[in-house]
Amino acid sequence: MGKPKTIIEKIWENHMVHQEPEKPDLMYIDLHLVHEVTSPQAFEGLRLNNRKVRRPDLTFATMDHNVPTQNRDVIKDEISKKQMETLRKNCKDFGVPLADMFHPDQGIVHVIGPQLGLTQPGKTIVCGDSHTSTHGAFGALAFGIGTSEVEHVLATQTLWQKPPKTLNVHVEGDLGTGVTAKDLILAIISKFGVRFGTGHVIEYTGEAVRNLSMEGRMTVCNMSIEAGARAGLISPDETTVEFLRDKPHVPQGEAFDEKAEEWLSLATDEGAEYDQTVTIKAEEIEPQVSWGTNPGMCVPVSGNTPAVNESEDPEDIERALEYMGLEENQAIESIDIDHVFIGSCTNSRITDLRKAAKVVEGHQVNDNVRAIVVPGSFGTKLQAEKEGLDSIFKEAGFEWREAGCSMCLAMNDDVVPPGGRCASTSNRNFEGRQGNGARTHLVSPEMAAAAAIEGHFVDVRKFASNVYA
Amino acid sequence: MEAIQEHEGLTVPLNRSNVDTDQIIPKQFLKRVERTGFGQFLFYNWRFDEDGTMREDFVLNDPSFQEGSILLAGENFGCGSSREHAPWSLLDYGFRVIIAPSFADIFYNNALKNGIIPIQMNEAQVKKWMAQAENGNFALKVDLEKQLIIDSEQSVHFDIPAFHKDNLINGYDDIALTLKHEDKITAFESAAHV
Repeated sequence: MGKPKTIIEKIWENHMVHQEPEKPDLMYIDLHLVHEVTSPQAFEGLRLNNRKVRRPDLTFATMDHNVPTQNRDVIKDEISKKQMETLRKNCKDFGVPLADMFHPDQGIVHVIGPQLGLTQPGKTIVCGDSHTSTHGAFGALAFGIGTSEVEHVLATQTLWQKPPKTLNVHVEGDLGTGVTAKDLILAIISKFGVRFGTGHVIEYTGEAVRNLSMEGRMTVCNMSIEAGARAGLISPDETTVEFLRDKPHVPQGEAFDEKAEEWLSLATDEGAEYDQTVTIKAEEIEPQVSWGTNPGMCVPVSGNTPAVNESEDPEDIERALEYMGLEENQAIESIDIDHVFIGSCTNSRITDLRKAAKVVEGHQVNDNVRAIVVPGSFGTKLQAEKEGLDSIFKEAGFEWREAGCSMCLAMNDDVVPPGGRCASTSNRNFEGRQGNGARTHLVSPEMAAAAAIEGHFVDVRKFASNVYA
Repeated sequence: MEAIQEHEGLTVPLNRSNVDTDQIIPKQFLKRVERTGFGQFLFYNWRFDEDGTMREDFVLNDPSFQEGSILLAGENFGCGSSREHAPWSLLDYGFRVIIAPSFADIFYNNALKNGIIPIQMNEAQVKKWMAQAENGNFALKVDLEKQLIIDSEQSVHFDIPAFHKDNLINGYDDIALTLKHEDKITAFESAAHV
């Protein structure tokens, strides 16, 4: 036996194409996911230089950022329409498989990769999207890249990468009833800050992480970038294997079991060392609500907004409170909302919708609130409809939409108006993210559902005590 | 990409930390399929209010900073989305150098691919230059070959990985560089059965 290794080191070594002194390593990329917003200039670059896509079979495209979530036959925005037509043409010209707006596999790129079984342990996965870290939930090394790098991967199936430093985020103990994966990752970012992961790949370890479903693990890994880390992952285990069994793009039958053995052997070895380790206690975590303009600006729902003069960065706090239209020391439960968005690559999967529907069932959306549910993929939408979740949401007064990124970044028509305040299950509460002047509060699907009904934030564990009994 | 060996220009102080790419270029401007013409949208929501009127209190709208080409910023510049539209808009607006105590990883790479020099500098020095820049008309000279930033009193060394420095100085097309290793890529594919 050699020196114990982390899964990060193992994947790195398995993908080394070329190494030389004073240079980053040339890494092979196993899966390249493509969407309409960050790819047009990359394909154009290939054309200008008379290059082709090296491995269209390892490339997969969909439309998600810009797609309407209703009335898809008529796209009024000509520029949006052109961007989608451009992707269609690029995929046709270069032979790249595409799940377009009307395809049964369509959905948010980070939702469909796992659903189709394209995402697998041990793979290197990239996409022109920072939330590519989501796929790390499967024990893949997955990270976002810019458009120049998209072009580089299309042309060469490789990337020049400096070996990352490794960071173990160890979660001690288990989460309490009604406390979710979203609360866990928000608490982590709030405790360690929005740049503690810079230059690192995070591995999440510990009992609470092991006990998460694959959907929960995706929620956690998704927001690694909000902690500054390009990638975050979780070593594969039986939960990972069972999620992937029978998925369309994984080996079937006996070949699957052989593959599964290989995947499990990638898990971090006992005694492997990380460059850095931080620890958080799961049982101390309460449902979280972000109050400010970055995802680290988060407090438990029972808490208050911070006091400006008692904080380390009074200027940042003051500016954030002003943008958010909040007072210092204001109780989180006193904040009235007018929008609710359940969706995004963080929280739009079937288990997210099931849990939110449980909270919603038998209640009505508050008169002052406009609430929408946007399933992460067409497949998720169908599954939810099969289970009757759409009826629960619609009867309560939610709008039930087609799959896409939607109000997470408001590139389509799903926009929060200036001054509007949204309880959102997405990943970024940046200024203007959900619309110019819009105010975003990041929460779990359960917390968003409860806020939709009450019209302000409440502790979902009290609101839906029957669900958690 | 346009090669850059050295750059001399006026500084613009953007005294904020965690400037995210949603601020650098808001999402409504990501629908274009070209690489050019994004400068007009740089920091759009900070430059213009909701009805399109110029916000006088934002530094880029201050007449004394109109000619700036070196941006001074706080910690974690460029965090958030991977959109390369962020460096495209900075470059198109006229910025060739960004100096900050730290950068988000994806933005840092994206800047390098577009001939912008992202310079990580200790916070005390950034603060000092920031204070000088706020008085207006404060120039710096960046010598990439020697890895020096020169003001009227001193020369300060900065770090940049040799590989990136080389690419910037020569304006290399890194796909062409990589394709020199095509035999190794093919060998990898056959050995790894991908």
